[in-house]
Amino acid sequence: MTVLVSQLFTGVSIGAVLLLIALGLSLTFGQMGVINMAHGEFIMAGAYTVYVLQGAVSGAGVSLLVALPVAFLVAGALGAALEYLLIRRLYARPLDTLLVTWGVSLILQQLARDIFGAPNVQTRAPDWLTGNVPVFGDLTLSTNRLFILALAVLAVAGLTLVLRLTPLGRRIRAVVQNRDLAAVSGIPTGRVDRLTFFIGSGLAGVAGVALTLLGPIGPTMGTNLIIDAFLVVVVGGIGTLKGGVIVAFALGTLQSLVEYTTTLSVAKVVVFVAIVGFLQWRPQGLFTLRTRSLA
Amino acid sequence: MLADHWRRRTLLATVLAAGLVLAGCGSKTGQNESAVGASVDLTGDTVKVGLLNSLSGTMAISEVTVRDAVLLAVEEINAAGGVLGKKIEPIGEDGASDWPTFAEKAEKLIKENAVAAVFGCWTSASRKAVKPVFEENKSLLFYPVQYEGLEQSPYIFYTGATTNQQIVPGLDYLKSQGKSSVYLVGSDYVFPRTANKIIKAYAQANGMTVLGEDYAPLGSTEFGTIVNKVKAAKADAVFNTLNGDSNVAFFKEYKSAGLAPASTPVVSVSIAEEEVKSIGTQYLADQLTAWNYYQTTPGAANQKFVAAYKAKYGADKPTSDPMEAAYVSVHLWKAMVEKAGSFEVEKVKAAADGVTFDAPEGLVTVDGATQHIHKTARIGKVGQDGLITEVWNSGAPLKPDPYLKGYPWATGLS
Repeated sequence: MTVLVSQLFTGVSIGAVLLLIALGLSLTFGQMGVINMAHGEFIMAGAYTVYVLQGAVSGAGVSLLVALPVAFLVAGALGAALEYLLIRRLYARPLDTLLVTWGVSLILQQLARDIFGAPNVQTRAPDWLTGNVPVFGDLTLSTNRLFILALAVLAVAGLTLVLRLTPLGRRIRAVVQNRDLAAVSGIPTGRVDRLTFFIGSGLAGVAGVALTLLGPIGPTMGTNLIIDAFLVVVVGGIGTLKGGVIVAFALGTLQSLVEYTTTLSVAKVVVFVAIVGFLQWRPQGLFTLRTRSLA
Repeated sequence: MLADHWRRRTLLATVLAAGLVLAGCGSKTGQNESAVGASVDLTGDTVKVGLLNSLSGTMAISEVTVRDAVLLAVEEINAAGGVLGKKIEPIGEDGASDWPTFAEKAEKLIKENAVAAVFGCWTSASRKAVKPVFEENKSLLFYPVQYEGLEQSPYIFYTGATTNQQIVPGLDYLKSQGKSSVYLVGSDYVFPRTANKIIKAYAQANGMTVLGEDYAPLGSTEFGTIVNKVKAAKADAVFNTLNGDSNVAFFKEYKSAGLAPASTPVVSVSIAEEEVKSIGTQYLADQLTAWNYYQTTPGAANQKFVAAYKAKYGADKPTSDPMEAAYVSVHLWKAMVEKAGSFEVEKVKAAADGVTFDAPEGLVTVDGATQHIHKTARIGKVGQDGLITEVWNSGAPLKPDPYLKGYPWATGLS
């Protein structure tokens, strides 16, 4: 029983990590249709932000909390710059976008190597994030995973509110649903694109902060995450947040439950097979966005 | 049309000619090999040695430190007058963390540069890739990293630990501490799987229970489930053969699950001073490691080595076991050559038995029969300062036993 509950919790927390790394992508890829291979490097930028701030701000707890908004801005600025300088010119050419952003991701990795060195760096987690909360009996929930779960919930809630209630959110949805009609209604689609990209990339930075609590910070950390992020968005259904959320938690739980009775490699295989099977049945993903555009 | 035709004919002729030239070269080197083996270039007043390490790719972090240690030894030997009156000229090649590249570069060092010996390789995969090259060309490789044993190539000298000098003492130590059950966690490739096979055989013979065995792909950073399994199994100790970045994620998860080194220690065989730096003492403090050398190992030879290394490469650079073994390998080669009075491979091999060197880890002796060296096993504990201090040692250097022939429980492993 204890084991089952703690495995479910592990699954949910894997889901929370998946959700955090995929959330930004669900905006830039899901909403705008840009295949951004450098998304993983924005996550890396967020993680290195924690490392840099830890040198500047004393107190591991303070620097981690300060890092959340700062990483959002750093990664967001990188994303906005990428959109303004390159992606904007390639909107009608998805394959070229893929290659260009892949190149950018290599450049960013090398940049990280040149600035911070090739070996991984470490950050000090605040003490309240290295312990656990006893629940009953042997069952304990680790605080860093609870923190990440809370962060994921907050990020999803925040993003939903922005998209539903703010004028910016309304414009983003308008551009996604029908770019031409939005443009003739006076919405500056270029600026909306840049802002969307800023928010999406900023969320990657926040994910990077969360990941410093779980694993190493290194120049290549982004490449390991980018595939998972794309999987969540594609299976969830392009253009919807709801699908991504459900899929992230479903995949996380599936993986942890299968892994407990088998091995990590088998669990990964089972998850991939499940995804392939699902996409055979529903190529459009879990949810689909119905638009009136002809494209 | 006509011009086109002619061009094609010239092209054909060129290709044929090139093919003939290549074939000629091939048969010529072939003759050389079978007749006398690799020749050592002794013209001039230097002797060339090869340095074969990954200077790029995922292994570069570790392998660059080994190359640095070899260069330090070369510098020391040259400052003291060289070997048999010749200065050593190191020739570096990049294996690029790619095993076929290792084999290719080894061939280049032997055939083109006519080196007297090659120092290098880290992963077992790269060693297995170059092994046939050295055996075919009858040339020498000095391999400086602890490994899974069960190997004995006539053209490789192993200066890192074999299993009876690292893993078996690690298990002996756990047993002496009253730990009667272990959980095995490792990366999914040849070294951890072979090591765990040995550990299971040991456990069976020594009344220890292996409560579980889990592997994660190299580079994997999701350890929630594995740590849950370790916790649920209630093992007395964990034997860790994870390599690389996975260790960071594993130890973070381990600590936040509430597993403490005081009650459930982790013994690691791939975490040295350099890795402690990148994982962080917050997660590693008080955990155990099994090696033959630590930066803190006492003795004048080590003080000199640590001081020389820091003077050359920076005060913040720690020294570690594989670096020390690489440094020792160059000095041992020099001693063998001087004993043989020749750079010739077969003579150097014949002179190897009993050659000693006052190494940073203590006096080491070459065992001619296995071409491994006698090494003292040391169990260490990670301190808050990131250095590892010894908590136990085997007292005397252990005779290398790569096939574990001296252990009845190990029959049937090799």
